[in-house]
Amino acid sequence: MSGRRSRSKQSSVSRITEEQIADLVSKLQQLIPELRRRRFDKASSSKVLQETCNYIRSLHREVEDLSERLSQLLASTDSDSDQAAIIRSLLM
Amino acid sequence: MNKYNPPRMNPSSLRSRFATRFLRSLSKINAKKPTASSSSPTEIFRRYRRIKVAADKSMAYSVRSRRTWSRAMLWKLRTRPCCRRSVKTSTIVRKTRHEKQNKNTTTTTGEDGVVFGVEADELRELVPGGEAMDLYNLLDETAHYIKCLTTQVQVMKKIADFYSP
Repeated sequence: MSGRRSRSKQSSVSRITEEQIADLVSKLQQLIPELRRRRFDKASSSKVLQETCNYIRSLHREVEDLSERLSQLLASTDSDSDQAAIIRSLLM
Repeated sequence: MNKYNPPRMNPSSLRSRFATRFLRSLSKINAKKPTASSSSPTEIFRRYRRIKVAADKSMAYSVRSRRTWSRAMLWKLRTRPCCRRSVKTSTIVRKTRHEKQNKNTTTTTGEDGVVFGVEADELRELVPGGEAMDLYNLLDETAHYIKCLTTQVQVMKKIADFYSP
């Protein structure tokens, strides 16, 4: 009795995990602009992972470029509290 | 001068938490600049490093310890060699033990077979703390990490546009 229960539990756990992984992969596909256009066409998991890596790398590069741009811009300005309030409103 | 009342923004959104922290760090960085050499390439590079670290730190703090990736990033930032704050050795020991426990590499075969493992390893290097995650958690953390990175980029872009001539 306990053996049957444990066997069915094992198979149901592995089935749920595969399905959940497939769900996560399709969730990732929606987040990546490259693959979002292909919403009707489900990309393969390895393609999704590949594009995810490329997308994360491009986001890192964008952060670096923006940091560089900000460091050059800050060289010529003096920020004060009023500006911070204005910026906060722009960020809505 | 008329007082400018900014319209209300959701104070608990990730976007506003990050923006507030990052703006605060930026004004601190700006206050530190030496007036004489503020435009020299060395100063600009130093400021670039500080700004980048401030951006990553602001995002990690906005997420706090709710996510594995943010915890890993906060730990990484605290143990930087140039960080003046002393790090308790107990934190480091705890981290290594925790990592060793999660080292069971699961080779999950998705519908695409073994190839899944290679790309997952690549992804593990990009997501903070990824080396210690199993595939399910890695995918989950990646989705959240991407959402936070895009928010970070959007906010930084708006700030840079604001300061551009």
